[in-house]
Amino acid sequence: MTYETVIGLEIHAQLATKSKIFSSASTTYGASPNTQACAVDLGLPGVLPVLNEQVVRMAAKFGLAIGAKVAPRSVFARKNYFYPDLPKGYQISQYELPIVGSGEVQIEVDGEEKTIGVTRAHLEEDAGKSLHGDFQGLSGIDLNRAGTPLLEIVSEPDMRSPKEAVAYMKKMHSLVRYLEICDGNMQEGSFRCDANISMRPQGQKELGTRTELKNLNSFRFVERALDFEIERQIDVLESGAQVIQETRLYDADKNETRPMRTKEEANDYRYFPDPDLLPLIIEPEFLEEIKVELPELPDDKKHRFMQEYDLSLYDASVLTVRRELADYFEETLKASGSEANLCANWVRGDLTALLNKNNLDIIETKVTAAELAGLLRRITDKTISGKIAKKVFDAMWNGEGDADTIIEKRGLKQVTDIGAIENIVDEVLANNPKQLNDYRNGKEKLFGFFVGQVMKASKGKANPQQVNALLKKKL
Amino acid sequence: MHNKSLSELSLLLRQRECSSVEMTRYFLDRIENDNRLLNSFITVTPDVALRQAKVADERIQSGNAETLTGIPLAHKDIFCTQGVKTSCGSKMLDNFIAPYNATVVEKCQAAGMIMLGKTNMDEFAMGSSNETSYYGPVKNPWDTKTVPGGSSGGSAAAVSARLTPIATGTDTGGSIRQPAAFCGITGLKPTYGLVSRYGMIAFASSLDQGGPLGHSAEDVALLLNVIAGFDARDSTSLNHPKEDYTKHLNDNLAGLKIGLPKEYFSEGLDPEVFKVLEAARSELEKAGATLHEIHLPHTELAVPIYYIIAPAECSSNLSRYDGVRFGHRCNNPSDLTDLYKRSRAEGFGAEVKRRIMIGTYALSAGYYDAYYLKAQKIRRLIRDDFVAAFKQVDVILGPTTATTAFKIDEKVDDPIAMYLSDIYTISVNLAGLPAISIPAGFVNQQPVGLQLIGNYLNEAQLLNVAHQYQQRTDWLMQNPLGIAG
Repeated sequence: MTYETVIGLEIHAQLATKSKIFSSASTTYGASPNTQACAVDLGLPGVLPVLNEQVVRMAAKFGLAIGAKVAPRSVFARKNYFYPDLPKGYQISQYELPIVGSGEVQIEVDGEEKTIGVTRAHLEEDAGKSLHGDFQGLSGIDLNRAGTPLLEIVSEPDMRSPKEAVAYMKKMHSLVRYLEICDGNMQEGSFRCDANISMRPQGQKELGTRTELKNLNSFRFVERALDFEIERQIDVLESGAQVIQETRLYDADKNETRPMRTKEEANDYRYFPDPDLLPLIIEPEFLEEIKVELPELPDDKKHRFMQEYDLSLYDASVLTVRRELADYFEETLKASGSEANLCANWVRGDLTALLNKNNLDIIETKVTAAELAGLLRRITDKTISGKIAKKVFDAMWNGEGDADTIIEKRGLKQVTDIGAIENIVDEVLANNPKQLNDYRNGKEKLFGFFVGQVMKASKGKANPQQVNALLKKKL
Repeated sequence: MHNKSLSELSLLLRQRECSSVEMTRYFLDRIENDNRLLNSFITVTPDVALRQAKVADERIQSGNAETLTGIPLAHKDIFCTQGVKTSCGSKMLDNFIAPYNATVVEKCQAAGMIMLGKTNMDEFAMGSSNETSYYGPVKNPWDTKTVPGGSSGGSAAAVSARLTPIATGTDTGGSIRQPAAFCGITGLKPTYGLVSRYGMIAFASSLDQGGPLGHSAEDVALLLNVIAGFDARDSTSLNHPKEDYTKHLNDNLAGLKIGLPKEYFSEGLDPEVFKVLEAARSELEKAGATLHEIHLPHTELAVPIYYIIAPAECSSNLSRYDGVRFGHRCNNPSDLTDLYKRSRAEGFGAEVKRRIMIGTYALSAGYYDAYYLKAQKIRRLIRDDFVAAFKQVDVILGPTTATTAFKIDEKVDDPIAMYLSDIYTISVNLAGLPAISIPAGFVNQQPVGLQLIGNYLNEAQLLNVAHQYQQRTDWLMQNPLGIAG
């Protein structure tokens, strides 16, 4: 039987506020345990939560960006359960009335665009962390993270493959960073997700029994865990058994998922509106104010790049994943006056490769947009060839100066003097009589050999078009 | 000195007839002598008090004193006091030294008031007799075989026996007014949100409200001036402009319309108490007020829905007492579940456990709509009853309690009977209205309380009516025999 995969994601984006969602304690990552937890975060007797306005702005921004309705009235609720790193014995979250209603985003997989629905997004506080080890067999608790603001973004079960799930997650990752509401740091847990996955026979309408996968803290793990789970669920179904509704933990080391708790063991969270917080009322004027602050969003930018610069869907998508990368591209293009495709190739090719190799973000690039523009100008005016340009670029990256300085210093200026090239060509032909003979007897493939020899002899500086023309004439 | 009003004490201090240190010592001595009998304090803080009194004396000398600077008070042990044990009447918090001050405590301190100590109370404010306290029951100064009421029974008894000139309390379903009535003093439950809840240990967040317990309406007004006001740390705090609650005390009552709810003067009200209230009604009529019968049709639903909403909120509010970060922790827990179970089983008393269980049940999946949600809808109807009533009358008059103080142990094994003793006070909390209980006479030498309910933020009017009544009667002059002499 063939099965269809159905996936929905719950993404937790940590909102990039300075202080916590209900207290004034700092949210800075990495401080020593329990130094960033105030009386409110510790859940001391008598303390009360006060909502951080920044959090509301950020959630509203997100809602507007996915075309969702930002609720004029939303309600914070208590989710009650006992856990040592949950200081109050309840988490303040939103339940029946979330701040962001249904919206959507576009993803692309294999050149095809697809719309993925977002069911809702709600605000909640994060819990602390339990630390195991180093405590003589006991567990330690660090409440620095307790009260950190989270936006939980719940998708519709619209994804049909792990690839689509990853594309959706990447899209959200891109969006929250465009909006500057989340730093997107997955290693520090600022952006993480749980996945709901079920299988159903192709053509069946009802959804199959789902499992929820936890601990997916990288794009790669999302894909791998889902791949594993698809195989596992198909095996279960093929054996005639039923998939059990349960929460499963992904173990990246073993690349497997294993059960955490079943539906029967699930908590009854006894949700009810938090009487310490009034309903959150958002006035239309507040939304208007935020609309003005919204940047150009990734999809709009992508479509503009395709129209304005005639870029391919692929190039436009890659360049607009991050606002900073898109800005870099546009700055370079403007300053160089070069052709858009050339600029796009350099930014998403050579530049991105070096960034990835050195594990740097675009904002940490060693070659500025203005500097890359300087290099592109020299390619456009034929001072150097594309191949030489790569060497110059490497040198620029290593801090040897701007393009012109390096070309000058290393004498890399392209040879366009027809006489000089002719001399080299003659020399190459004279030094390779056998190949010349074979060529003239019909072995036309050897043309490339001669081009290579000439380029080599000129140390790559000869203008390739001129070399081609001369060789054709002489051969 | 202990029979003086706050204004008179304030005058003594300002005219330098007495220093704050002397006054503080005087009340500390009274506590020393009489508290053993009454058990109205959990913690007495002579060191803190004398230190504060010294500072107050300097402030008085420098001419920067406020009205209540240098005057002692006692805080209910539900308010967090920095560096001082804050037990909430529970074994669970017997070892808890609060690391911060509640807003109410902070405001009293800023006004230069002197903290004598922390008063006894029902455990986590759950009780109507002060018998659920981990620290033992408080005795009613009028008859030590009877209860002082609860949950602010320690504060009420201490004021009544004149161990402190005034005290703070909290009222979730009558916890200021009922003990004030039983102890023959004046207690005001302000409009929900007028007094900050920050640092006031939560029982039922949507009902809890702090307020003053004193001898007279005037004393209560003076303390309300200090503790009322917007607090950015409490999201349910009202952004209401500061008022002087003494300003209208002497207003004439001519033309005042007083509503008498039919439901409050019906079956269940002790006939002797009824007689006392009748006399009080006539007194107010003589002062120029007119009486009007009104209806509060949903009154009978108040107790049942209160015992859904309050336990539901309490079941969640008390989850933080898990033995992990503060409070009681059981010895040698074998694992996490054992730690939770035994710490809570050992730390909480029977009444608290009963309410946690009721509340947990009411919020459970499958029951939420039938209980909690329905209770919230009825709460709205109760509120609407009052809104309609205040279109006809200015204040509502009724009993605070159906009877005078009952005997210690009389109702302790009958929770329903205990819950019903709050029948006249609970609606006010559900509606979020202000109400005051004032002494109106005696039945068999036991004080009777008269309750006046006001419209939202009409504390000044309530205090005005109460003060005018107190000007025409001498109940305030009477002290419990043998104790306050």
